[in-house]
Amino acid sequence: MNQMQNFTKGFIKENAVFVLLLGLCPTLAVTSSAVNGLGMGLATTFVLVMANIVVSLVKNLIPDKVRIPSFIVIIASFVTMVDLSMAGFLPSLHESLGIFIPLIVVNCLVLGRAEAFASKNNIGSSIIDGLGMGLGFAFALTLLGAVRELLGAGSVFGIEIPIFPTTEKGSPITMLIFVLAPGAFIVLGYLIAMINRFKKS
Amino acid sequence: MEIFAIVISAILVNNIVLMQFLGICPFMGVSKKLSTAVGMTGAVTFVMVLATIVTYLLQTYVLEPFGIGYLQTISFILVIASFVQMVEIVLKKVSPPLSSALGVFLPLITTNCAIMGVALLTIQYEYNLVEGVIYAIGSAIGFGVAISLFAGIREHLDLMNVPKGMRGTPIALVAAGILAMAFMGFSGLV
Repeated sequence: MNQMQNFTKGFIKENAVFVLLLGLCPTLAVTSSAVNGLGMGLATTFVLVMANIVVSLVKNLIPDKVRIPSFIVIIASFVTMVDLSMAGFLPSLHESLGIFIPLIVVNCLVLGRAEAFASKNNIGSSIIDGLGMGLGFAFALTLLGAVRELLGAGSVFGIEIPIFPTTEKGSPITMLIFVLAPGAFIVLGYLIAMINRFKKS
Repeated sequence: MEIFAIVISAILVNNIVLMQFLGICPFMGVSKKLSTAVGMTGAVTFVMVLATIVTYLLQTYVLEPFGIGYLQTISFILVIASFVQMVEIVLKKVSPPLSSALGVFLPLITTNCAIMGVALLTIQYEYNLVEGVIYAIGSAIGFGVAISLFAGIREHLDLMNVPKGMRGTPIALVAAGILAMAFMGFSGLV
């Protein structure tokens, strides 16, 4: 497999969210707006790339029996870094992602890539794999966030899109359910159905 | 009264799976049959309550007095991971029938974000130990209610004639969305 394929596989063919169904908790929980989805996706990408780098560097030093706990410690260190820097530099995003930042640790996507790819491949391919899978995850979260924000709040990335009728005062009449919990499940269900259709043709 | 409110809130109003989105992986993964869903609930309840106690004690008596709160994520996940291993070993020795019933689910629990999530939320809500335990029990029951209802729905879905593109995961997600909508009816209860 060449490096280009290695990079692009995370977007559609092996997309973490739409195809592998990994990391669904943050996917559903934080995508009430496109910005939140993008923020979560990029934070996960950072952790994924860094964890892949370290795991592929130390893979020969770690005894096979303790490899999973060691990977978890490596991942947890980078998650703590993301958590603290985000609290410092982007406090409002940190506030809205809340508990799901420390929960990147238990995102099966990160541990899955460390175990399935980085522990068997060299550092170069591991970085590309991490970037591809991470950006694919970010892409999925942003898409989901954008659709939910558009249907539920009538805007994308905070920019108003006038597709809904407005009240007399001029505020759009939107379908609030899509930014609430049930909307997350329903939008993701329909997006996966569409991707399945798209993949077949 | 306070305790009662915590339980009702954890089971119905802020249902851990359908409202807080914690533990979605087992919710989608092991909800194909009612019997496995019940088994998973047992394992989750067991580990969630004990893990909440352990992480609470760790937070109050180690992390806070020494001012090393930034180690919270690392220490919690390590405690939970090793704890799951320990439970597995002890159960195998003490109660083989329980162990064989929960056995397949225990390794999956380390990466179940509901366990870590409840441990973190107990700290965030500033519950004391008793309230934390009650909250963990309530959350585990909430998980059980959601996953059992969903397993029942999915058993029926298998028999339905679903449009081709929607078969499998998509229709399950839409059904989960409608279930979540039903749970929204409980908001304002406490």
